[in-house]
Amino acid sequence: MEKLSPDWTEATRLWTAHRQHWITKYRSDRLFRFFCLASIVFLIVVLSAIVLFVSKTGLLVFRDVSPWEFFFSSRWDPEHHRYGAAVFITGTLYVTFVTLLMATPISILTAVFIAEMAPPRLQQWLRTLLDLLVGIPSIVYGYLGATLLVPWIRKLTGAPVGDGILAAAIVLSMMILPTITRITDDALCAVPNEWREANYALGGTKIEMIAKVLLPAAKSGIAAAVILGMARALGETMAVVMVIGNVAQWGFDLITPSSVLTSHIVMQILNVDFHSTANHALYMMALLLLFISISLIMMIRRLRLKGGSSS
Amino acid sequence: MNNQAPGLHEKMSRLRIRRLMNQLVLGMISIISAAVFFIILFLLYMIVRKGLPDIDTHFLIGLPEEIDAGGGIGPFLWNSIYILALSLLLSLPLGIGAGIFLAEYAPNNRTMEWVRAAIESLASVPSIVFGLFGYALFVEYFQIGVTILGASITLALLNLPVLARVSEEAIAAVPSAWREASFALGATKAQTIVKTVLPAAMKGILTGISLVACRAFGESAIILLVGGTSSSGEMWDFHLLSEGATLPVHLWYIQSEALVADAQQIADKTSALLVLMVLFLSFIIRFPLWLKQRKKRY
Repeated sequence: MEKLSPDWTEATRLWTAHRQHWITKYRSDRLFRFFCLASIVFLIVVLSAIVLFVSKTGLLVFRDVSPWEFFFSSRWDPEHHRYGAAVFITGTLYVTFVTLLMATPISILTAVFIAEMAPPRLQQWLRTLLDLLVGIPSIVYGYLGATLLVPWIRKLTGAPVGDGILAAAIVLSMMILPTITRITDDALCAVPNEWREANYALGGTKIEMIAKVLLPAAKSGIAAAVILGMARALGETMAVVMVIGNVAQWGFDLITPSSVLTSHIVMQILNVDFHSTANHALYMMALLLLFISISLIMMIRRLRLKGGSSS
Repeated sequence: MNNQAPGLHEKMSRLRIRRLMNQLVLGMISIISAAVFFIILFLLYMIVRKGLPDIDTHFLIGLPEEIDAGGGIGPFLWNSIYILALSLLLSLPLGIGAGIFLAEYAPNNRTMEWVRAAIESLASVPSIVFGLFGYALFVEYFQIGVTILGASITLALLNLPVLARVSEEAIAAVPSAWREASFALGATKAQTIVKTVLPAAMKGILTGISLVACRAFGESAIILLVGGTSSSGEMWDFHLLSEGATLPVHLWYIQSEALVADAQQIADKTSALLVLMVLFLSFIIRFPLWLKQRKKRY
């Protein structure tokens, strides 16, 4: 008789333990979800705060300076209330253009070599090397530029200083080369092997395959790589500061000391009062950089969407 | 017959030309790539060789000198490591959490598409923009001056979007069958993510962490604006409100403004140290993964 009566205390204990287990399990599930939600909300709030803050402060400049003067005047002279940023805007575009002119062909050729010609072991090594190079601090490239490249340019061209657009562009090319090469390499590897084989079946040589099949097929990926390299070149600050000379003047002949948006911001910001027009002008330049880099990334996204739908 | 022979000849010679072209251009590509890698490796070797032999413990942990030769870089090296650790401490949980949300919880609608676009564009915004924000927030608004705290938080903000994006991509690449298997065993979503999805996505996430760690370690514009160009002048200074110049900023300062007698040597040694530290950093972050892969192979 005794054995048949259920052990209520034991059952209750088991049941409570079981219930407790489920409660903690689902509570931690909800807590985890809440944590993830909180981090994305935090991210969005902070990043929009940054964008709003930079835009708000930057646009204040147009209270005192006409947009015409800001964008098209080359005279930066805060003591006489002249806030023309044309030199820096053109400088940034010019440096980026020269950089891409040098870095793009070399990067694409190197990527072709890695993706199509290197034996597998070497391929692995080169990819690892490029990944490591992406992490080298930009200031090291700047230092190399200032100590090796600038004296070299001075000797070679007879320029009095040697600092300038050319030095900046060479340093930036070195910096963005791993980025462009690595992404182009990925794009080339994504081209299906059947396409390569179809070329050989038609009697095409390897170089014809590369030029007529591979590069056209990977063109949106390559474009994305170049745009990303461009975004890096536009935004690089300290490496450029070390080699460009930091003078607010045109530098079209490549070897005259000049200035770009980033270098000008960082050299000036510590000297200006926070509520001055000069400071607002500097924020406007930052806003310009922000705007250009966001448009570049939007271009990449569009390229990717197009690439996705065609293949 | 007579008509055909020249045609054949022509074809043969065209083939020969095409073959020659093939060899020529491929050879050219190899030479250019070899030159690129040779130059890069040579420069790295130059940096390391010029600086490395002279680096001793006194240089690594010694205090810097203003005028005399023989000063160290201790406080700057310490600040570099301290700021890197603080910024990673702040950005890793938030960045990976945001990535998990985007990959696992976010509904597939226009708003989320918009959020993804925003995060992707902010992942490559010039660091100087973040630097300006940090400068305005910490130096102008909170009036705490240039500090380690401000520099770490600003660096964390710089790295958040990158981390969120990289971890989202890595997590989205995990096959959904694995999640289903975990659900079928009775795991909750959180358990599934922590025990199944994250370990599977670890390779991508660690690559992302190594990327942002190197970026934070080498960043100079933000540190210059928010962390300043000098240190508290003491070694092992944990105080969050001391000045926070790091090695990259110190390299810039030494190269362009310093008066110290052996500036050139200090700059050489510092840049060698920077390169070695970055290599070490990427190695140590990927190390657990490499170990795991090795174990699996045997």
